[in-house]
Amino acid sequence: MKKLFSVFVVFALVFGFAACTGDVEGNTLRWNIGADPLTIDPTLNGASDGGDVINQTFEGLVREINGIVYPGIAESWETSTDGKTVTFTLRESNWSDGTPLTAGDFVYSWLRGMDPSTASEYSWIWEYTNVVGSVDLVYWTDVCNNTTEVCNVYVQGALVGAENADGKDDSTGLTLAETKALVGVKAINDTTLEVKLVNPTAYFVSLMAFYHFMPTKKSAVEAVGGEDGLWAKNPNLVVSNGPFVLTRYVGGEGLRLEKNQEYWNKKEVYLAAIEGEFVDLETTAYAKYNAGEYDFIPSVPSVMIPTLIALSDEFYVYPLLGTYYYSFNLERVEWQNAKLRKALALAINRQAICDALSAGQLPAAGFVPPGFIDNQGKDFAAESGNYGIDPGAGSQAQAVALFAEAAADLGKTVAELKTYLNGKVILYNTSEGHKMVAEMVQENWKSVLGVELTLQNQEWAVFQNTRKNGDFDIARGGWLTDFMDPAGMLAIFTTGNAYNDPNYEVAAYDTLLAESQSTTDMAVHFQKLYAANDMLMAAMPVIPVYYYSDVMMAKSYLVNWGRSVLGSVDFTHAKLNR
Amino acid sequence: MFGYYLKRIFSAIVTLFIIATLTFFMMRAIPGGPFTREKALPDQIIAQLNAKYNLDDPVIVQYLNYMKGIATFNFGPSFRELGLTVNDLIRQGLPGSMKVGIVAVLMILVFGIPMGIISALKQNKPIDYTVMVLATIGVTVPSFVVATLYIYLISSRVSWIPITGLSNPIAFIGPAIALSGYSLSYVARLTRSSMLEVLRQDYIRTARANGLSETRVIGKHALKNALIPVVTYVGPMIAAILTGSFVVERIFAINGIGRYFVESVSNRDYTVIIGMTVFYAGLYIFMVLLVDIAYSFIDPRIKLGKRTGD
Repeated sequence: MKKLFSVFVVFALVFGFAACTGDVEGNTLRWNIGADPLTIDPTLNGASDGGDVINQTFEGLVREINGIVYPGIAESWETSTDGKTVTFTLRESNWSDGTPLTAGDFVYSWLRGMDPSTASEYSWIWEYTNVVGSVDLVYWTDVCNNTTEVCNVYVQGALVGAENADGKDDSTGLTLAETKALVGVKAINDTTLEVKLVNPTAYFVSLMAFYHFMPTKKSAVEAVGGEDGLWAKNPNLVVSNGPFVLTRYVGGEGLRLEKNQEYWNKKEVYLAAIEGEFVDLETTAYAKYNAGEYDFIPSVPSVMIPTLIALSDEFYVYPLLGTYYYSFNLERVEWQNAKLRKALALAINRQAICDALSAGQLPAAGFVPPGFIDNQGKDFAAESGNYGIDPGAGSQAQAVALFAEAAADLGKTVAELKTYLNGKVILYNTSEGHKMVAEMVQENWKSVLGVELTLQNQEWAVFQNTRKNGDFDIARGGWLTDFMDPAGMLAIFTTGNAYNDPNYEVAAYDTLLAESQSTTDMAVHFQKLYAANDMLMAAMPVIPVYYYSDVMMAKSYLVNWGRSVLGSVDFTHAKLNR
Repeated sequence: MFGYYLKRIFSAIVTLFIIATLTFFMMRAIPGGPFTREKALPDQIIAQLNAKYNLDDPVIVQYLNYMKGIATFNFGPSFRELGLTVNDLIRQGLPGSMKVGIVAVLMILVFGIPMGIISALKQNKPIDYTVMVLATIGVTVPSFVVATLYIYLISSRVSWIPITGLSNPIAFIGPAIALSGYSLSYVARLTRSSMLEVLRQDYIRTARANGLSETRVIGKHALKNALIPVVTYVGPMIAAILTGSFVVERIFAINGIGRYFVESVSNRDYTVIIGMTVFYAGLYIFMVLLVDIAYSFIDPRIKLGKRTGD
């Protein structure tokens, strides 16, 4: 009898466990992540695939899903009347190892992100936070001796010798530690985080949803064997605070995330686990999705898009906050005339280009894409209007008229202006898509204005170099912003900005953007940004072509998954109703 | 004999040194660097990254440091894969590439050579035509077409054949077919033509005239000589196949070094490029050496390290 009983117990255990594992397996999301992320350390990451994983494993002060900002680790926040101090009240929450997460953890991670010795690729984003002292720390440089004012020289980008470094920043004269101490981020107590800003920054709180600002735990980051962000890929070292926690990582193959039992909102996390794979070829991933091996894929082969848009209810297209454009090289004499630039911009049939690309792109009638909401709750792009740009061929007559006016301004006949511009080069980086867009633009300019430009493509890294050196006539560009304010788009055309490829340098424009940043009044903030947008579109240093889109596929039984407007997928509240 | 090997090893080291040097300077001559990103990084950030990886040293200093590393088989850190070294990447990717590669090489030898022999022996018979048509298709159809068709027509329709990865023996079928297709067909053609040539030689006629059995004539006398050109081809081919194929690894999502190599070039991941080049060159030189040794077994006229007339 005793024996029988023990057999029964064994059976019960075996079947009990079997039922359990069956549950977990049935409740595991199978997700193709795409390329193997270079890193999944929030502070070091600078890529979208890494961002997708981090969005599941970490959580910032706030979490943004489908454009709505929800409280995350911060329960609430308060902005002072002058708009320059933001105080976050953190909820009681734990790291995945069960230890409490405190305001000090945020201070640690943020200072690590700014520290030049961390060399985080995304540290430049601190420029846009307006946090006091952050820029001084991010760009802390020491190649000079501050007392003798003798500096080391760079030969072809390489530093020759380091004998003049004196441990002090060349412009402020402060050491790294002194610079760190001046950063306006402070843990008042374990649950109160105070941030001082140089200027009131409307989008500051929503920006805190971005992965660079998520907290990391010092003991994990600095663990032996966890250098350079390896801790985040090592299940034995990783400590995170998001809805899921990493339990396996095989480079080049895939990873496994399991529900984080310490997550503050775990009752609203429904998936037991996520199995992620790194299949970066879209055709292969798509075949696996169709064979039922994935529940979610982040992209599809572009040839399939038209069919999927028409026939599949598992296919999703979302706008991205970004614009595809061409830059004029304003250093060159032929592009000095605004009417000429506008004529070229109006001659393009954007709808035809979007139809040809057919991945949900929208014709761009301005540089700022739809999706930014102003102080009155209106869409910034819609309020700005279309600046005479018809999505289709409707503005081509206007283009011809402007072209003639430009010729007159330049003291040339129309025929002379055409000859003058013939053979100028449209430069783009090698890719079938970019080539097609360039060919269609070339064809528009030829048929509408009679100008024949030539096309040139370069390998990506070479292209970036050429464009940066200003060695082009017209070059392709693309800009996706990281935060929900039109300033993120418009600011790249201020004097000296690293992304100002056309070299648009207008003091009045710089002033408008500076004023938009220094006001506490949201009405003024947007009024200045609208004015800046008008000024930019009147000058047309770049030709907006289309607004980017993002495509993905999710099985119909996967529900409640979300997406950040900045592009990361969110499985926090996802459910599998298989 | 020993002196010969010593000489070969020495020349291999010199060759590898020259290859590493050329790769080092050629990669740096190309515009762009390892920190070129979709969203270009500000100059200060690039300077910080350069400092972190000592890329701000003068090029000649970088070169000397790098050579010092190579001499101790330390290929340095990858600039892109944060925290990983080139050695880590080779360790991570080589098993996948090797596993598929070995299966592919076995397929080439086990199917390619017999197909060529049968074809030669049955010259101008239906079986010869069939083999040669298949071989022509194998040589002309690129591996990515074979791989894509395999996924589309077979593995995505049959639930027990995995589409990607190498999780079970069945998963090897697709990658191995795609990887071996060209070489298998080439080896079959090479064996056939070489066999046909040998069969016309006088000594084969003599052997037959002496009344040796056909099996013995073919198996011992003809085959040995017919295989010399095949061995010449197979040596370097093995080096190429074992180090993986970008296309096949990408389509079947195999974690292999073939893709690391190609991706490192567009990423300007200098250390990975040089490390992989030197690794590949080393394997190649080793295989050529093996081929030379194999000659001395197959062809009694060849004596390693001895010049005729010495």
